[in-house]
Amino acid sequence: MREIAYRDALREALREEMFRDETVFVLGEDVGRYWKGAFKVTKGLAEEFGDTRVRDTPISESAIIGVAAGAAITGMRPIAEIMFGDLSALAMDQIANQAAKLRYMFGGQTKVPLVIRMPFGAGVNIAAHHSQSLEAWFMHVPGLKIAMPSTPYDAKGLLKTAIRDNNPVMFFEHKLLYSINGEVPEEEYTVPFGLADVKREGEDVTIFATLYMVHKSLTAAEELSKQGISTEVVDPRTLVPLDKQAIVNSVKKTGRIVIVTEDSKTGGVSAEISAVIAEEAIDYLDAPIKRVAEPDTPIPFSPPLEKFVIPDENRIMQAVKEVVH
Amino acid sequence: MTLEKGKMIKIFRKMLEIRHFEEKVYDLYGQNLVPGTIHLYAGQEAVATGVCANLRKDDYITSTHRGHGHCIAKGANLGKVMAEILGKKTGYCKGKGGSMHIADFSIGMLGATAVVGAGIPIAAGAGLSIKLRKTDQVVACFFGEGASNQGTFHEGINIAAIWKLPVLFVCENNLYAMGTRQSRVMAIENVADRAAAYGIPGFVVDGNDVIAVYEVARKAVDRARSGGGSTLLECKTYRHKGHSRFDPATYRPKEEIEKWLKRDPVRRFRAKLLELKTLNKMELDKIEEEVSAAVEDAIRFALESPYPSPEEALEHVYI
Repeated sequence: MREIAYRDALREALREEMFRDETVFVLGEDVGRYWKGAFKVTKGLAEEFGDTRVRDTPISESAIIGVAAGAAITGMRPIAEIMFGDLSALAMDQIANQAAKLRYMFGGQTKVPLVIRMPFGAGVNIAAHHSQSLEAWFMHVPGLKIAMPSTPYDAKGLLKTAIRDNNPVMFFEHKLLYSINGEVPEEEYTVPFGLADVKREGEDVTIFATLYMVHKSLTAAEELSKQGISTEVVDPRTLVPLDKQAIVNSVKKTGRIVIVTEDSKTGGVSAEISAVIAEEAIDYLDAPIKRVAEPDTPIPFSPPLEKFVIPDENRIMQAVKEVVH
Repeated sequence: MTLEKGKMIKIFRKMLEIRHFEEKVYDLYGQNLVPGTIHLYAGQEAVATGVCANLRKDDYITSTHRGHGHCIAKGANLGKVMAEILGKKTGYCKGKGGSMHIADFSIGMLGATAVVGAGIPIAAGAGLSIKLRKTDQVVACFFGEGASNQGTFHEGINIAAIWKLPVLFVCENNLYAMGTRQSRVMAIENVADRAAAYGIPGFVVDGNDVIAVYEVARKAVDRARSGGGSTLLECKTYRHKGHSRFDPATYRPKEEIEKWLKRDPVRRFRAKLLELKTLNKMELDKIEEEVSAAVEDAIRFALESPYPSPEEALEHVYI
């Protein structure tokens, strides 16, 4: 099968959906022909579909999402890009109070088919305002869905599903993933929401990981296998809806779990996953749940500082060994 | 006066509907039949009515926490509005929204938001949708002068201006944002002056004169419909009651209240209709009786309607 980069897989999804459905359009800061998106995901789309459907906006995050929500409730399927996920804070009212709640508040009279694409994550030395992992914020807002593709295959398939979904979808991308390559079929496919993917099968311990942490976990798992530990890596692919059954099934099989996420630990996604396991699979656990996450600090700038806070393969392996032995 | 008789009667009837409706909501509130809080539109009827009289059924409006009048002016069913205010299953939002979150998508009423200023970018988005779908609809976006200090006002109107979106931004300046008088939080007298900052036309109009509102809104709506872009229309008006429940509005000088009550938009228009001999007193009284009966019907419908079953709280989070 051909291999393409994550950013190219995203672009293919955008392009194919824009061809398929003329109500789909893209808006955001510098997504158009001049800059082509901060991470070049939208490169070429303005040339192909015109500036009307690939719209550069002012630096107005709140209005980008508000405008997208207004278009979504009147028959369009907007894809809004927030240049860095951290800046979603500027649009939080429009995301959490408006887009997420319009359908509910109005008794089901409307739907909000809106995708908000955002790069998150640390690792490129751009400090506290451009490096966060904020999935827990949105996981706490009923009405939003959350997709977190870790591979080019999932990126394309999940984005197509997100665009066709009739709910607001927070689409998490990771800066370090844009250039990774992976197999993506030429033919049409989608990846359904709420269906986890076992990225590696194992017997001794489960790692639950998202986005870039999936790759670090796979590297750790490979290393651990040389040391005689068989590790299963479960990637939920969407946090909302969450494939609880896949997590529970894996825990039943291995009896041990390490939860690896890039967000800060307190009140983070790992807390929710831990609670799910505690409620639904505690009897199958042979060891306490272990979490590998960022410490509760902002993301620092200096390379040794940043490296210290981001979970890495060594911390993952150490955590696995603690629950296995 | 260029308006034909039928249109004037329709406008008068709408204004009366809002006034009677709001007086009854106030009564029901006093009888403890309205859960939560209320923000009454009484005193501002000329704004919603004058603007919406220019709109087609398929045109859109967005509304605010003080939104009953916008719904009624756009053509909402009185009974379903009242039922929503009482939290009944038969309300527009099946009891999920209440007084501050009424919508009727079947008539282009895209809903009221209770976050001040949040509807402004949403209205711009509806305008963008119109432009992308290439229809000739327009959007009227209602908000108060308090909302004009929110960032969403700046961001939303700027986008509407640069993209020439068919949106009429209607600022209902009732002088007070809750208890804060405009002069304490704005260094300018007219919100409409801010239009210049976005390169769109801005107009100030007597918001208690329904014909004046109608006329200036007509030009803005025509302009939007023909591709001319957005307009900021500031209507100077006054709310008769306090901000919300239990607010006696003691922060407003007595003389000021009296001055504005004398300019009551409903009574003024009634006097105008008499003066122009559009209708005689008997005809006006008859309309008033009909409206009063319609509001009573709405109340009966709402009171007799059931509450939603509790587990309906779990519906409509996702589709």
